[in-house]
Amino acid sequence: MSNLIDDDPRIIEFDVRTDEMLVNMGPQHPSTHGVLRLVLRTDGEIVSETEPHIGYLHRCAEKIGENVSPRQWIPYTDRLDYLAAMNMNLGWALTVEKLMRHGVGEKARHLRVLIAELNRIASHLVGMGAYGLDLGTFSPFLYAFREREKILDLFEEACGARLTYSYITVGGATADLPSGWLQKCEAFLDQFEPIIKEYHALLTTNAIFVKRTAGVGVLSREMAIDYGCSGPVLRGSGVDQDMRRDGESLYTGMYDGYAFEVAVQKDGRYPRDHTYPSVPKEVVLGDCWHRFFVRMLEVVQSMDLVRQSIDRYAACREPLGEPLKLAEKLPVGDAYLETEAPKGQMGFYIVGNGTSIPWRVRARSSSFSNLSVTHELCRGCLIADVPAIVGSLDIVMGEIDR
Amino acid sequence: MADFLIGLGLPGWLAWSIAALVAAILLLNVIAGGALVFIWAERKIAARIQDRLGPTRTGGRFGWLQSLADGIKLLAKEDLMPEGADGLLFRLAPYVSFCASFCAFIALPFAFDVVGQRLNVGVFFVVAVLGLEVFGVILAGYASASKWSLFGAMREAAQVVSYEVPLGMCVVVPVMLAGTMDLVTIAEKQSGWMSNWYLFHDPFTFVIFWIYVTCAVASVNRAPFDLAEAESELVAGFHTEYSGLRWSFFFMAEYGSMFLVSALAAVLFLGGWNGPVPVAQLVGLSEGTGDSAAYFVRLLGLANLIGKATFGVLLMMWVRWTLPRLRIDQVMTTCLKYCTPIAAVMFAGAMFWQLFLPGGLLPGWSRPAGEIREGWLEGPGGLPATSAPAVVRSAGVAAAEPSDSSGLAKRSPR
Repeated sequence: MSNLIDDDPRIIEFDVRTDEMLVNMGPQHPSTHGVLRLVLRTDGEIVSETEPHIGYLHRCAEKIGENVSPRQWIPYTDRLDYLAAMNMNLGWALTVEKLMRHGVGEKARHLRVLIAELNRIASHLVGMGAYGLDLGTFSPFLYAFREREKILDLFEEACGARLTYSYITVGGATADLPSGWLQKCEAFLDQFEPIIKEYHALLTTNAIFVKRTAGVGVLSREMAIDYGCSGPVLRGSGVDQDMRRDGESLYTGMYDGYAFEVAVQKDGRYPRDHTYPSVPKEVVLGDCWHRFFVRMLEVVQSMDLVRQSIDRYAACREPLGEPLKLAEKLPVGDAYLETEAPKGQMGFYIVGNGTSIPWRVRARSSSFSNLSVTHELCRGCLIADVPAIVGSLDIVMGEIDR
Repeated sequence: MADFLIGLGLPGWLAWSIAALVAAILLLNVIAGGALVFIWAERKIAARIQDRLGPTRTGGRFGWLQSLADGIKLLAKEDLMPEGADGLLFRLAPYVSFCASFCAFIALPFAFDVVGQRLNVGVFFVVAVLGLEVFGVILAGYASASKWSLFGAMREAAQVVSYEVPLGMCVVVPVMLAGTMDLVTIAEKQSGWMSNWYLFHDPFTFVIFWIYVTCAVASVNRAPFDLAEAESELVAGFHTEYSGLRWSFFFMAEYGSMFLVSALAAVLFLGGWNGPVPVAQLVGLSEGTGDSAAYFVRLLGLANLIGKATFGVLLMMWVRWTLPRLRIDQVMTTCLKYCTPIAAVMFAGAMFWQLFLPGGLLPGWSRPAGEIREGWLEGPGGLPATSAPAVVRSAGVAAAEPSDSSGLAKRSPR
């Protein structure tokens, strides 16, 4: 027996035998953004393996979609990415319109841009605030929610709901904006613009924040593409891709005439359309800091887009138009369309068989692909880095489990 | 008080016990009452920082009774202990933590002679006993049978033990300047104008004060060093499995320690109970003027010290609600690569300053730390001052070895 111990080089080296420990992070853990469960294999504070377990929020949403008409499924899309329900509505509505070869008027187009970009701001605000929470600072979360509340107030006025809107629908939107709404929206933007500087001061350029995020969870360009990452996660790794510019013409047509620059680091620099804080020296392209920074830039970018769409929407004199009937018959055929949701590319697939009920409904969510890189990023990091990395991916479980 | 009771004819042991009990109860109320006030203050301050209102209703206005209401709620909660937990240690841990925090208060002077027990090694006692708080945390983490608790406990152990080193170096500087470890004497020596505070004694003490603040925040586990209870990583760290009254004991220990390290900073660097302007002396009041004057002076000192300590606690709250949390390796780096070397250099600097410039750069800027009477020689124990050299030279290199050894050597043969 003693020979065995003597022969084991580890025991001689360390004197004490250390064991790895399996730890469950979630599904009831404060920083896993809902019901994600991560099984960590740790050696002391160092994580050697991370395995995400999903499925705690599965609601058979896709199967339900095969039993109701496309417009009836709109409320279910609300519950996919519940932080950006408008963008989910939009993705599904566009997919069904693609299948039915049904276009919408100019006014509806600008309304959709306006609403979708406003929801992108709200979603990124949550992402930003929750990321602060993951890193242990509470106040930015409430500052972000304070502003998000104002966006929700606007949405409430437009459609009556604050979280699950079902507002953008097949063939347009359920209702036109009430009078005076545009002024309120502009007032919000004017008030919100200077506040972004505070966020940068509290988080983006904060020394401790930079220390916690710089060089942590570096996702290389190749790996990001291999794993099918999209949205800010992909752009944070320096890949210049944005569905609003590079997607299908049906979707990019929505943004025809809009001026925006994709928030991505090109040739070592970010877009210069506004004054942003400079990139700290210690950050590495593809790390948590860059993913966070891309989101912050997209907030400003979306604000520009909202301003542009307000002008264009206000210039449209024709009525909004009626959405499609609930039981409109679908043509035989299939359609797939990817849109740029705040979290990444949101794809919907629909197969029609001549009835009003689709034969197949599928959704492809960005959070699912983005989450799949965690085991690569978390290899060899510290426990404290796990929330930092998972938080920087900004996942929403409703979208992953569907 | 004990003398007074003995004078009434009570036997010595009973008189001392009664006096100790009274002092203990008074101090206990300082912690418990202080925790209530500080928890309420923290909630209000956090709320204001975050653009919220915080508690507004309980107690009529400003929600000032909110922490008491919460305390009652905690009392009424079910007594939970996880399966597989080590029952005895699990129950013991919060009290160990609390006792450490509480015991340190014994040697803390609130004003001249307003001190639980004046100790000639007061600084040493406070720092040592405060360091014991980590035992409760380790016990809690070990006994909870939860991996998250264990993580929290190990972090706390590593962190607190590391930060004891620079903390000790910071604390030694005022000891060196005063030539004594007696907290009462240290504070007394800083009486007079604000320029007599050790914070402004020389540039080295000014720097070392901030090192002390950093280390103190770290050693009481407040943000950005609150790794032991990092809620986003470790759920709630070492007190994950605690609820109800036991949890509240951890909480009270935390707030007690916060107050204690702030009060210690006040005594060591900020003049203790001496205000920035010697109001009492200027109007001619002093300890010797009469009973009522002495009481007034002490009351003023009490307000001064508590005000300074409260300021320290509020500073910690402000920091907590602003900054993100550091990672464990960064916490260790801060301690070992920055705090410890800087503290060591500042210690050496303060030592040489004391050796070559004992009077400061400007005449009358700070009093030379010259001839003083060691407090313990004339303490309530009633040692005859002639039995030992009443004058202790403290300036110069000899003070680099803090008066601990000399104090031990001169301890009376009782």
